[in-house]
Amino acid sequence: MKHPGMTNKVYNISNDVFNWSEENFNRVSEIIKKYPNSRQQSAVIPLLDLAQRQNSGWLSKTAIEKVAETLSMSYIRVLEVATFYSMFNLEPVGENFVQICRTTPCWLRGSDKLTKVAQEVSNAKLGETSTDNKFTIVEVECLGACCNAPMVQINDDYYEDLDEHNFRKILIDLKNNKSINKGSQIGRQTSHPKRGNDA
Amino acid sequence: MPTITIDNKKVEFENGMTVMQACELAGAEIPRFCYHEKLSIAGNCRMCLVEMEKAPKPVASCAMPAGDGMVIKTNTDTVQKARKGVMEFLLINHPLDCPICDQGGECDLQDQALHYGFDKSRYEENKRAVKNKHMGPLVSTIMTRCIHCTRCVRFSTEVAGVDDLGLLGRGENAEITTYLEKTIDSELSGNVIDLCPVGALTSKPYAFKSRPWELTKTETHDVLDGVGSSIRVDSRGKQVLRVLPRINEDTNEEWINDKTRFAIDGLSRQRLDKVYIKNDNKLNVADWDTALNKIKDELNKRGKEKTITLSGKFTDAETIIASKLFLEGLGSNLYDCRFDNAQIIHNESESYKFNSSIQEIENADAILLVGSNPRWEASVLNARIRKAYINNNCKVGVIGPGLDLNYPYTKISNSLSGLNDIKEKKSEFSKIFHNSKNPLIIIGTSAINNSEGASVLKLCADIAKKLPNYSNTFNPLNILNQDISRVGSLELGFVNKYFDNKFEENIKENIKTNKPVIFLLGLDEIDPKNLEQAFVVYIGHHGDLNAQHADIVLPSPAYTEKTSTFMNIEGRVIQTSRCYNPLGEAKEEWKIFRVLSDLMNCDLQFNNLNDVRKHLVDNNKNFLQILECNNTSNLSFASPEVITEHTIAYNISNFYMNDSISRSSETMANCTNEILNKAKAS
Repeated sequence: MKHPGMTNKVYNISNDVFNWSEENFNRVSEIIKKYPNSRQQSAVIPLLDLAQRQNSGWLSKTAIEKVAETLSMSYIRVLEVATFYSMFNLEPVGENFVQICRTTPCWLRGSDKLTKVAQEVSNAKLGETSTDNKFTIVEVECLGACCNAPMVQINDDYYEDLDEHNFRKILIDLKNNKSINKGSQIGRQTSHPKRGNDA
Repeated sequence: MPTITIDNKKVEFENGMTVMQACELAGAEIPRFCYHEKLSIAGNCRMCLVEMEKAPKPVASCAMPAGDGMVIKTNTDTVQKARKGVMEFLLINHPLDCPICDQGGECDLQDQALHYGFDKSRYEENKRAVKNKHMGPLVSTIMTRCIHCTRCVRFSTEVAGVDDLGLLGRGENAEITTYLEKTIDSELSGNVIDLCPVGALTSKPYAFKSRPWELTKTETHDVLDGVGSSIRVDSRGKQVLRVLPRINEDTNEEWINDKTRFAIDGLSRQRLDKVYIKNDNKLNVADWDTALNKIKDELNKRGKEKTITLSGKFTDAETIIASKLFLEGLGSNLYDCRFDNAQIIHNESESYKFNSSIQEIENADAILLVGSNPRWEASVLNARIRKAYINNNCKVGVIGPGLDLNYPYTKISNSLSGLNDIKEKKSEFSKIFHNSKNPLIIIGTSAINNSEGASVLKLCADIAKKLPNYSNTFNPLNILNQDISRVGSLELGFVNKYFDNKFEENIKENIKTNKPVIFLLGLDEIDPKNLEQAFVVYIGHHGDLNAQHADIVLPSPAYTEKTSTFMNIEGRVIQTSRCYNPLGEAKEEWKIFRVLSDLMNCDLQFNNLNDVRKHLVDNNKNFLQILECNNTSNLSFASPEVITEHTIAYNISNFYMNDSISRSSETMANCTNEILNKAKAS
């Protein structure tokens, strides 16, 4: 299972520079303030997240080092955290980071088909980024929305109750920069039973 | 005291102990991989599981605090089964490469698998493979063998104070590495090899050299720095293959520095194993008789009462006393050991000893370093300062140029005059220093190797005397000598006021006017140009700088080849053991002086090593008790001197190669290139 969040390698682009954007710089100091003095290294996870968001969804060598320097930590300590959590991507990802759940409930409800659709639309193999940099398609284990299986996570949001058709539409819309609806694609309220099956 | 029941045996334990420690008190041995006495508790290997009454499942004894009235069982079926389960998990991915593993025969996993392992595996899946990591010229890695105990990570973070090692990823993807595979930047890095319970981190220079059971193991002491760490020398034939630390809470705890451990290949290179006499500017092989008779002729010709003897870094006390008695028999007292020009107050042993003892550093809450880089001068002592920083939040002040220390410090000044501020409580650090409960002063030789050295000592003694912890039993004034020979030589009075203040210039002057015979006892730290007009007799074991310029070279055994006595910086008497016989024609120095004394008709009253040692004790009672130090606390030389501006320059430029043994070592040359030169370049 190839996943940019599950590697221990640091990806380095030559001449890459990472500096906090002005907005994020202010957020950094706000985040650090939440932790007691001398315990500010606890802010490493929120700062890595902030850095990842600023750095188009992944952490470069310079981003990791910037976080370390911001918190006066050694590089290896920050890298330990960044490699531990699969949510921190250590390789470049496309604009839409599509994580398709393949654990049993989703698989029974047709996640294999979704994987196929995703590869068709993006023209990228599993674990890879499309040439237009629109998509990175990966398979993941359970994301905890089994009741609305099958589901995928695209960037920060869940898309549930998918089938080949609506998932293809979502991806094509994303490709064309159109807005899409989050959550259940069949109008289900949270995880209520599907309409028509109420009784 | 609280009691705990272990295997139906009641034992008392101290509060704060863990169940594992209590089990050890009761004599129950607990297997472990991740737990190590000197490191923080990780509790991740799960090998130390024991059964605890009222607990639903086995508990990890290393991480469980012992409580009053606990009932622990360490040898039940449940415990055995649990440990077997843990072992089976550890072995899922551990390769079966013991026959080609350097740890084979001394491997914790091997030993414990004998008790808890199965004879076959129930797994058919492939074992995981992990890429090896580069960690520098000393530590070789075979990371597939790693069982993720994280001892190395905790050691480098806690003891060595370099955040270089880490555990990346998790679960099956976990890997130990340094950041981007950089070299471990610590002079204690070799200790991770000992800590590694398996063969994942092994010694690079020792790779595939030998099996542990083939080696002759000799317990002795290190002489490459002033601490005199307890070591075990593993040799085969006349070759030292490795050096391991022995536990000695007084000096080195469980650690040794990389020079002690790895400079040993220098013991089989550049060695002097024959007598040489210089003819026509070339050293030719000769025999002992010719050489000694030539020395006799030169002594008579040049005036025996003008003879000078200077000792070097590794000179043992037996050599010192023999050469001193010999020289006095000749009618000369021109002997000295302070080749680095470090000043002392004559007849005051407190002015050159580490008076408080090394162990006391642990209790310190403020330390003033005067012209000393403890990280390089005494690495294991520096680990104690770091310990004090971690445990007592010890504040460190530095008088001298900025240093790369592994704890935070306040820089007071580049110049020695910073001492004036300390005395007058001017600077901020001096307030902290004077208000702390357990302050210590550590003076390096870089602070006293000038004409003001004596004043520095006097002023520091004055400051020390006013410190709150000064008493007639505790002396907070410490001088950190770099060489094992120094304190012993000074204790035996191997020193002459004539050489005070300007050692090298005085030698130069003397040689110009007197043209005497000069004996160099392994001394290479002096410019051979200054000795040109003298008749130089070099007695030593390495063909370093001065041996090449000598008129006669007499081979003597290195520290692994003779039993000798030293005093470490604290004045602690240590005795080294002979691990194998001396190379070639080398003879102990005291024997050389004994024969010379016959030739010169000055009667030396010793015929064997015991006689020499009797003279040692007669000369100084402190040599009587091995491994003890009797330090006083009078500081009678204290006086409020004022120090003028004098910028300190540290006198070690290369930790890895600063004596004749380590300069001959290839491993140390690699370290210099890979660690020091790289650090300089970046």
